[in-house]
Amino acid sequence: MTSLTFLSINLPIVALLPFFGAIFAAWASKINRLASAWVAAFVTILALAFLAPSIAMVFAGETLIQSWTWIPAIGLEFAFRLDGLALLFALLILVIGLLVIIYARYYLSKKDSMGRFFAYLLMFMGSMLGIVLSENLIQMVVFWELTSLTSFLLISYWQYRKDARAGARMALVITGAGGLALLAGVLLLGHVVGSYNLTDVLAAGELIRGHNLYLPILVLVLLGVFTKSAQFPFHFWLPHAMAAPTPVSAYLHSATMVKAGIFLLARFFPVLSGTPEWTWLVGGAGLITLLIGAYTALFQHDIKGLLAYSTISHLGLITLLFGFGTQLAAVAAIFHIINHATFKASLFMVAGIIDHETGTRDMRRINGLLKYMPHTAILAMIAAAAMAGVPLLNGFLSKEMFFEQALTASNSSVWAWAVPILVIVAAVFSVAYSLRFIHDVFFNGEPVDLPKTPHEPPRFMKIPVDLLVIICLAVGIIPMFTVAPILAVAVAGTLQTTPPEYSLAIWHGFNLPLLMSFVALVLGVLVYVMRKRLFAWHESGVAHWDARIIFNAVLGGLDAVAKSITRSFDKGSLQNASVWVIATALLAGFIGFTSVSAPLFGDRELMPVDGVSVLAVAILMIASVLTLALHRKRLISLVMLGVVGLIISLMFVKFSAPDLALTQLSVEIVTVILLLLALYFLPQTTPKETCDLRVSRDIVIAVLSGVGVTLLAMAVLTRDFAPISEFFLLNSVPGGGGTNVVNVILVDFRGTDTLGEIAVLALAGLGIFAMLQGMKLHAPDRDTGGRLWNSDLHPEIMQTLTRLLLPLMLMIAIYIFLRGHNLPGGGFIAGLIAAVALIVQYLSNGIAWTNDRLKFDMHWVIGFGLLIATATGLVAMGLGYPFMTTAFTYLNWPVVGKFEVASAIAFDLGVFLVVVGATVMSLVELGKLSNESHQAPVKPTTQPTTQRKLEQEAN
Amino acid sequence: MEWLISLAIGVLTATGVYLTLRARTFPVVLGLTLLAYAVNIFLFAMGRLTVGLPAVIDKTATAAQYSDPLPQALVLTAIVIAFGMTAFLIVLALKARGELGNDHVDGLDTESDNYSNKEVK
Repeated sequence: MTSLTFLSINLPIVALLPFFGAIFAAWASKINRLASAWVAAFVTILALAFLAPSIAMVFAGETLIQSWTWIPAIGLEFAFRLDGLALLFALLILVIGLLVIIYARYYLSKKDSMGRFFAYLLMFMGSMLGIVLSENLIQMVVFWELTSLTSFLLISYWQYRKDARAGARMALVITGAGGLALLAGVLLLGHVVGSYNLTDVLAAGELIRGHNLYLPILVLVLLGVFTKSAQFPFHFWLPHAMAAPTPVSAYLHSATMVKAGIFLLARFFPVLSGTPEWTWLVGGAGLITLLIGAYTALFQHDIKGLLAYSTISHLGLITLLFGFGTQLAAVAAIFHIINHATFKASLFMVAGIIDHETGTRDMRRINGLLKYMPHTAILAMIAAAAMAGVPLLNGFLSKEMFFEQALTASNSSVWAWAVPILVIVAAVFSVAYSLRFIHDVFFNGEPVDLPKTPHEPPRFMKIPVDLLVIICLAVGIIPMFTVAPILAVAVAGTLQTTPPEYSLAIWHGFNLPLLMSFVALVLGVLVYVMRKRLFAWHESGVAHWDARIIFNAVLGGLDAVAKSITRSFDKGSLQNASVWVIATALLAGFIGFTSVSAPLFGDRELMPVDGVSVLAVAILMIASVLTLALHRKRLISLVMLGVVGLIISLMFVKFSAPDLALTQLSVEIVTVILLLLALYFLPQTTPKETCDLRVSRDIVIAVLSGVGVTLLAMAVLTRDFAPISEFFLLNSVPGGGGTNVVNVILVDFRGTDTLGEIAVLALAGLGIFAMLQGMKLHAPDRDTGGRLWNSDLHPEIMQTLTRLLLPLMLMIAIYIFLRGHNLPGGGFIAGLIAAVALIVQYLSNGIAWTNDRLKFDMHWVIGFGLLIATATGLVAMGLGYPFMTTAFTYLNWPVVGKFEVASAIAFDLGVFLVVVGATVMSLVELGKLSNESHQAPVKPTTQPTTQRKLEQEAN
Repeated sequence: MEWLISLAIGVLTATGVYLTLRARTFPVVLGLTLLAYAVNIFLFAMGRLTVGLPAVIDKTATAAQYSDPLPQALVLTAIVIAFGMTAFLIVLALKARGELGNDHVDGLDTESDNYSNKEVK
């Protein structure tokens, strides 16, 4: 990228704009229901506006590529591409999207959430744009999967309906699984070509077709295509997706979702087509789908069901055309993509209008609507005629081309004579179901028992249909002046060469395709006339074949297997799960130890033992064993735990780690206070366990773990090693400007890690806050011995003392903080000390008193801390250094003298604030809980004797 | 000395594991705290044990050796994170008791909980 002009960044904006728009649309619905529709329409128009300047360049024959490095190590780029094919699809997605948005604004009823609908719709639009505009194939697969997810949300929009949920799940499972296959296919493609860029892949057709991996690639890519575009045998999800609101169906099943698969066929056409495998797989699936769809559509009573199967059939037609593999067939396929998108979107919208105005979609009940809604009826008739392939409409033109290609294909081999015949059969059914759509709905007597009296819909609900039908007519009558230019660039983009000669004329003279059209029309009418007998035959047999049963059985089976595997490990018991984890770790350790022949211990010289250490470690061991032995008496056990922690901090002192000693010491204090507070609400004792077997098993596991860890530690400690710390020791002063290497590592060398760690701490604090919101626990009004609590909650001596101590402790915290870069200390330790200082105030003076004087909310403290820490990193970025680069300089302060200022201290301040905020918030929230519980009326039934008896039993 | 420390880590691990496998929330929290200690010391010991070495760089006289700062930095954050985790866990335990009426780790009240069953007795 040389210069940052508008035309070098507009493509990603087009694709990503709808995602940001989705947030606004959701937010806007809080202000006004209709605002989200306005936002959605505005975002779509904006995306079109961003696309517009590039259109001329594409028409001039350019292919626009805009890319940024993403993960260069694995050849991944954030790359967008606009050629004729991408442009055609982008326009379809945006223009039909805009019409659907207008339509949906009137379609949705008052109780439907507009914000949710338009947010989903925009996200879906963005995902679709991402697919068609991607230059990088991996990136395209990401968007591909996003369409699966967002279409799931759209189809299940009416979440309270079971069929909507089931249909959405089916669509997600099928298209999501196909997406995985596609990912594998794309990875193989990238492996073969050596690049994931479409430009490279498109140039490597010969290489790919000749490669050993060609067949796996083809099958995997086609799995993605067939699942997405509802091709046999994956076609069955589409009719179930009709549970979606009709605007969704109009969008997903005319121009977008199902066309994504077709788009991919077109995209990879120059690379993968032209082999017998391609012809058989693509052509075969297309032909079968064409026939099944056309046949089944006739027998649907639901208008949307009819349209759904008709969509399947037309998708089959397009797939079959690509399957023929010739350049002219590809022209016909692209042409039919445009035509199908227009007439099918308008038909779905008409179906929605009828549903909206009559309250049902059952064609056995909707009859004779012509006189109730003449305008809509005329639109529907034109669109349906286009679907049937009636002359002077766009469907006719592409169907003629299709027939011609079918005839051409029939010369290719012995079996192929059947192709034109089967194609005519499909066309006959397509005429018949189109006729049924017109005749059943708008003529055929009077409506039967409708929930609502039908009338014309609001004007703006018809306008999108008007526009689409005008396009159908315009393309059908004057193709050269309407569709020809965009078709030409789209074909050039698909074939990646100069397109072949083709003619868009309406009249080619009396030829075989025209005869085929005529035959199809006549036979179609005939089939419709004889429909009663056909219906009876269909109902008696074929109607009961339902792929959903197989799908559900497979899914159910899979579920059962997964559950039985899970259940054999996890019996819903944490203890069980822990045992599995620990036993696995033990086993892994055992295998690791025994599989190497080296001696267990090395020959590093051992350090001498001194008496104080022995004593300290002995206390540590005794205390930890006592923690365990006395764990039924929880309070004593907790005190023992505190002893362990204190000894550990002494150990850190001994082994030259002053920072750790300070941290451990302050953490220990906070932990014990916290656990004490919590213990107040928990049973004071632990009941004896009934199962002795489990106890002995756990003892064995515990002892084995202890022995294992001891040996492991010893094995390490008796060996020499070359530390990598040399770097930090050498660079700490010249690079980080601090002599306390531990602190410099934390705030400088590994600053990003620390940022992650304080984020975790902040989340823990917020999580605790969230969990304790509105929680009320019963607090015992007596202690374990059955005595009442001391009524003197805040003893005066303690109050006075702690108030005096506060400034002193804060002073120490600041001192420790400031010296942290050069001497033991720093943000973590200072934060803990400050937290202890504050907590002591809460403890001795009560929460109300302290909160009165400590006027800031700990949420803000945490937030500011994170903000400061992140901002420090970002400032470095803004100055052109990598994230978290620090700078330092020396200042001469009066009195203090030469003082070093490192930008890392700002980062450390962030750490400090987060630690203070999270710690104080956790403890104070717990403290508040005890306050509230005390103010709540204490249950009068507490009997000290019972309590004491229980204690004794428990002991 | 190495044996002493290894043993300490071992004892902490053993007690920690045993308590982690208990059926009530409070001992499990204590057990996990003990385990965290064991892990921290273990991590710290990966830098080998050093006694009496300076931890802070001496600018005037160059000391020949320093204690290894890297494991210390790792353990320092580990201690703080372990605290965050303990705090979260214990509040989760409280929440579980509030919602389920007992402090069994699986939420199944197999035995008497001396407060929820009090009225019954």
